Formats: sequence, C-alpha cells, structure tokens
Amino acid sequence: MPKVTIDGHTIEVPEGTTILQAARMIGPEVAPPAMCYYSKLATSGGYCRTCIVKVTQGSEKDPRPMPKPVASCRTTVMDGMVVENKTSAEVLEARKGVVEFLLANHPLDCPVCDQAGECHLQDLSYEHGASDTRYEFERRTFDKIDIGDKIKLHMTRCILCYRCVKVADQLTPGRVHGVINRGDVAEISTYIENAIDNEFSGNMIDVCPVGALTDKTFRFKSRVWFTKPVDAHRECSSCSGKVVLWYQGAEVLRVTARKDAFGEVEEFICNTCRFDKKQTADWVIEGPRKINAHSVISANHYEADTVNPGPVTPRLN
Amino acid sequence: MGKKLLLANDHVPGIQSLDVYSKHGGYAAVEKALKTMTPDALVEEVKTSGLRGRGGAGFPTGMKWSFLAKPEGVPRYLVCNADESEPGTFKDRYLMERIPHLLIEGMIVSSFALGANTSYIYIRGEYFYIVRILEKAIEEAYAAGYLGKNILGTGYDLDLYVHPGAGAYICGEETALIESLEGKRGNPRIKPPFPAVKGLYQCPTVVNNVETIAAVVPIVNMGGAEYAKIGIGRSTGTKLISASGHINKPGVYEIELGVPVEEFIYSEEYCGGIKNGKKLKAVVAGGSSVPILPGELILKTAQGEPRLMSYESLADGGFATGTMLGSGGFIVMDETSSIVKNLWNFTRFYHHESCGQCSPCREGTGWMEKILHRIMDGHGKQSDIDLLWDLQKNIEGKTICPLGDAAAWPVASAIRHFRAEFEAYVNNPGSIKEVRHYYSVNNLQPA
Ligand SMILES: Cc1cc2nc3c(=O)[nH]c(=O)nc-3n(C[C@H](O)[C@H](O)[C@H](O)COP(=O)(O)O)c2cc1C
Ligand code: SF4
Ligand code: FES
Repeated sequence: MPKVTIDGHTIEVPEGTTILQAARMIGPEVAPPAMCYYSKLATSGGYCRTCIVKVTQGSEKDPRPMPKPVASCRTTVMDGMVVENKTSAEVLEARKGVVEFLLANHPLDCPVCDQAGECHLQDLSYEHGASDTRYEFERRTFDKIDIGDKIKLHMTRCILCYRCVKVADQLTPGRVHGVINRGDVAEISTYIENAIDNEFSGNMIDVCPVGALTDKTFRFKSRVWFTKPVDAHRECSSCSGKVVLWYQGAEVLRVTARKDAFGEVEEFICNTCRFDKKQTADWVIEGPRKINAHSVISANHYEADTVNPGPVTPRLN
Repeated sequence: MGKKLLLANDHVPGIQSLDVYSKHGGYAAVEKALKTMTPDALVEEVKTSGLRGRGGAGFPTGMKWSFLAKPEGVPRYLVCNADESEPGTFKDRYLMERIPHLLIEGMIVSSFALGANTSYIYIRGEYFYIVRILEKAIEEAYAAGYLGKNILGTGYDLDLYVHPGAGAYICGEETALIESLEGKRGNPRIKPPFPAVKGLYQCPTVVNNVETIAAVVPIVNMGGAEYAKIGIGRSTGTKLISASGHINKPGVYEIELGVPVEEFIYSEEYCGGIKNGKKLKAVVAGGSSVPILPGELILKTAQGEPRLMSYESLADGGFATGTMLGSGGFIVMDETSSIVKNLWNFTRFYHHESCGQCSPCREGTGWMEKILHRIMDGHGKQSDIDLLWDLQKNIEGKTICPLGDAAAWPVASAIRHFRAEFEAYVNNPGSIKEVRHYYSVNNLQPA
C-alpha cells in the first residue's frame, strides 16, 4: 500500500487513492477544500481548482517535484509522495487566486440566498479569500429558471462544479439537463426549460455547493441558522429514508439528506421523502443532528456536539 | 534555397489529383512501408528521424507512438488534428488545400505503423471547403486501392474519415477533440488517463498534427537517419512557418529548422523584410499563445547570439528572454504597432474560446479582456497593470488544459517586455485615439 505524507502527516492508503481522499483520511484539518469533487459521484472533480496542492516529491522511485500545482481530487497517490497543502504559502496564495476567480462573477447576494449558512463558497471565501474584491466590472447574470415544480435554478450563483449534472447522469434515468454554451457564459440548463421530474432529482439541491439550486418548498421561509436540524428516518421503498428534518418551532420547514464532515451527502434520498413528508408524524425522530463547526449554522445552537475542523487557516493579508 | 520536403511540389498544376501526385513520387511511401516494412520498424524509423510534433508542443513523435498501449482485442485509433485555430497559424490549411494526398499518404503509413484500422481527420468547421478537397482525395485513394480492405494486397485494412468540427479553438486540444469526435461537448478531459491509453471511445489513440503526419512521408522515403541530418541539433527536418504581419511577403514557408530568424525576416527567399521600410518592433514567433518578444530579443538571444528558427534557440533564455516555436505562426509587428491593442485582441480570443470548465480560465480570461478593454478605452489605471500580472499568474499552470497557459503567456510577456507602453496608455489616455488598427497605425512611441 502506498504511503503518502501530507503537511507532515504520513498515512498508508489503498492503491488508487487520490491525494484529497488520503488527506480526508488523515482528518478535516489537513483536507484541501473541494468545491466540485464529490466522493459519491464518479468522474466528479477537477474543475474548480480549489483543491490544488503542491507535490514536492513525486514518489519514492521518482522523487522529482511536480512542476505545477495539481488538483488533489484527481491526482492519485504514489508511494513516497510528499504533498504540501496548508503548510505551503504558495498553495495558499494560489488558492486565494482561485477563490478570487470563483467570486469574480458571483452575485454575493448571501443576505437573500437560502444557501447562506451552509454554503461552501461562503466557508471557502472566509477561510481562503481576500476581504475585498478587485473585480470592478458588471457581474454576469442569468434569468432564474424553474426546473420542475420543486427546484429553482439561479444560474447567476452557479460555480459550474458539474455536480448536479453528474447526479442527473448517475442517479436519475434519462438526463434532461446539462451544460450549454461555452466559457463564462456556459450555463446549467434544461435547454428548453424542460421539467426535471424524477424521483431523485432533489439530490441536485444537496450537492450544489452554492445557492444555484434551491428547494422551492423552502425558498425564503427562514435562514438556515434559525432552524434546528434533527435526524429522522422512515420506511421508504425507494431510498434509505435517512434524512435531516429542519424545524422551526414545531414545523418541518425542509427535509435534506444527511451530510458528513466534508459537506457531502451520506446517502441520497428520494423526492417523496424530501418534498412530501413534512409532518413529524411521517418520521421516527432520532435526535439532534451534529453539525460541522465551520458552518454558520452551528454558531447558534450546537457547540457541544460539533466536529472541530481545526484552526482557521492563517490569513495571507 | 532551403530543402523542401513537404512543399517541394506545391505549385505543380493538378497536384491535388492522385494522378499527378503519383507521377511526382506520391504514394511511394505507402508502397515501401506496407510492402517492405513492419509497423515496429516504422516506429523506429520515426524515432530515428527525431521528428517532433508540429501542433505546438514539440513532443517527439516516435516516442509518442511507442507509448501507445496495445491491449489484445482492442482497436487503436489515429486521429489527425486539423483543427488549426491558433491565431497566426495557417500552414495546415495550405498543405491540405495544395497537396491533400500528402496528408492521406501520411495517414495511411502512420495508421499502419500504429496498427489502426480506422482513422480520422478532425478538421475545423470553417475549413468546410477543404473537407471537400480531402474527401475527393480519399475517394481517389480508395479507388486506387490505397484505402479500404487488403491495401495493395498486403492484408492491411484501413478506413479513413474526415470529421468536421463546429469551429471551436478548444477542439484542437487533443482530448477535447476526442470528446467532440465522439459527438459530445468539446470539453478537455482531465488527464490521466492519456489518449495513448484511453482515447477515442476509451481505446488507445494517437493524436497528431497535419504537418507531423505529412512529415512521416519523406521520413519513410528517405529514411529516418537522412531526415535527422536536416535541421539543427534536436530540431530535425523542415517546418512550415505561417508568416504574417508587417512583412513584404506574408505566406507559408517551408524552412529547414535552424535558419537564423534575421534571415527569415529579411531575406528575399522568405519574408522579404519589413513593409514600407519600417523598423521591427516585436514578433510573436509561434502562434498567438507563445510569449511576444521585442525585436532585439527575437533577432539575438540575451547572450547576443543570433536566434535561430529552432525549438531550442527560440526557447533560449526561458520565458524571461525567450519564447517558443509553437505551431510556427510567425507574426511580425513593425514600429507602428500597438502591443497593448494586439494583446487585447488575443485576450478577447481566449476569452471567447475558453470552454468554461475550470474556474481560473473561465473567469480569468474574461476579466483580463475587460481590463485591457478599459485601458484601450482610455480609462486604465496604473494598478490595472499589476492586476493583469496577478491574474495571468493565477491562471498559468492551474487549469485542466493548456488553454489557460496560452491565455496567460501573451499577457505576461507583453507586460514583461512592453510595460512602458501600458504605462503610457494609462498615463496619457489621449494618445490612444491615434491607435486605429491592431497592427498598423501611427502609434505613440513610449520611451
Ligand atoms: C487550446 C489548444 C488548442 C490546440 N489546437 C491545436 C490545433 O489546432 N492543431 C494541432 O495540431 N494541435 C493543437 N493543439 C495541440 C494538441 O493538443 C496536440 O498536442 C497535438 O495535436 C499533438 O500533435 P503533434 O504531437 O503532432 O504536435 C492544441 C492544444 C491546445 C491546448
Ligand atoms: S483551461 Fe480553459 S479551455 Fe482548458 S479546460 Fe479549463 S476552462 Fe476549458
Ligand atoms: S475539488 Fe478538486 S478541482 Fe474542484
């Protein structure tokens, strides 16, 4: 089994493991941020470039460093590889550049965005971004699209991570949406605003790292940090039925899949569980949900049970 | 006169037909290769020749061929990259228009060497009229028994198809080309796996430039060792150069690698000197992606040695004082040219052509274009120059495919060598209204 050293931590991992997966095995404190990679979706990753790291030693056999930073989510570990992530000023600088690009055309409408509080782009900017923008031009905008009666696509916020396309490809039959156009006018679309209507389409909402795909049954109902997450399950014939219910008072405002410490869905859920079961009576309640501490949601209520991702990366300026 | 291996007969009337082409020695390489040589011997011959890819990167062709995976029972493919979309490069078009059979012959020999029974020529959509020329040539080759089943009775089968793209620069990148050929959106793939292992339809594939494949014909005819004697050092053979800009004789020239740049620009045999007796200001030596160099540095290296038209000599000094041979798009700019306006034009191109998969290229190219537009509009700021520098640095080396680098290098080199011109535009915006064209105007002359 190949051995890899990431930011000074050495770990032995199975053949074919990527640098990012190896770093996650060591722990959240060394894991590079990932905006497009999704361990549950094949061929994901490689697009956003936030996970770039420096390989200072290629392998035991060929110790030469790699000439360019590499996307850790798409680079497999070699025996004896040495990787620098948060310990390298160069990597942090480059990552800051990537965050700047991701934000250049982002509307920064967090105050009215339902994703705020559980948005990976927010977290990323907070940890790795600069405090103001150097982009002084009009930002790109798109019209909002309804895809089906349950999902709203707000392309203006999209960072083109391709995750929802892969969900559609891999989880649902007969994909009807994809990427049209090119370059910075490329957009996720259903081409002729075809409705996306199948049992697993709702997972696109969960995998979206930003507020581009939102749950229409929850839109503008509340800020996520005012709602309380509770683990629950039910007998379901199409999915595992394991979900999180987000309560405000006694009312279930939304239902989502459960997410792990890296913000990834543990098990995908079906649309019936997500959109149609909003009564406490529909569910067997398990108890309060642990929420990752780097998220704004945990700021209010969940200190005791949070997973601590380690110190915030030192700011570069 | 330099040696001509590819364009020796380009002016022979009727050379586009198989008849005339054959009378001038055409298809001798097919006869020789298929009847007297083994595929492995052919690969060795190409290795010996020292031929390097003519599509831009200059990777040794023989080596690339020997990397091709050969699993049992899996087809292999040869794909010719005729997407030629790099601004300043138009040599493949000339070659295909003038001597289409040279490419067809090269495809047959190369496919045989690689063990491919189906091969494709992926051609840019705007070259639709060349599609007709190539298809006619292919039809003739089928009729003459050079294509199809049991070629020349040797038992070797080959089918050759021309596939037009829809006109996207990015489809010249080999993995985007493969995606497009498969009928998908032309997005570059994330590597590895490389095409040599998983290319077209997930099968081992070699992608080569038109000129690279054409060069295999003289290599087979004369032998790799003879070919290697032409040129200089590791830059063997001849190269087609697309010469454009402020020169007296723009056009496609076949040069022996190693010709001094000065001779190429000023001699009557090639560009014939700068137009209207003007002075040389700058050259983009290998297509729009390679770093621009000021006149002094293109004629002589930083050490003061004469710069030669070869992979090594053009790259001498790294990016600090050198550039690249690239695809051989040689753009000459005289003293009246505006480097900044030209850069804006290039950057607009990369912005337009970015596929949009990865964030640095998708967002960075448009941003750089907007800043350059602002500078040319007379609203530039001093800080814009540093911002441009930062942006190109944040794109370079951080993208999926080299289009990001191709967008970054022109910006970096223009600032590196012509910062004074940017500053003059920013500090004295009034002067910009004198700049009317990209290439020829009474431009201000920054000190
Ligand atoms: C954005 C981009 C555009 C490219 N366009 C072309 C092209 O039009 N023609 C070409 O031969 N190679 C082009 N290339 C290079 C190809 O990816 C590939 O390296 C080449 O076809 C290999 O052939 P060679 O080894 O014969 O040079 C391009 C590369 C990039 C990154
Ligand atoms: S560098 Fe540009 S063109 Fe290449 S894959 Fe990334 S976005 Fe597409
Ligand atoms: S997470 Fe690796 S490139 Fe996006």
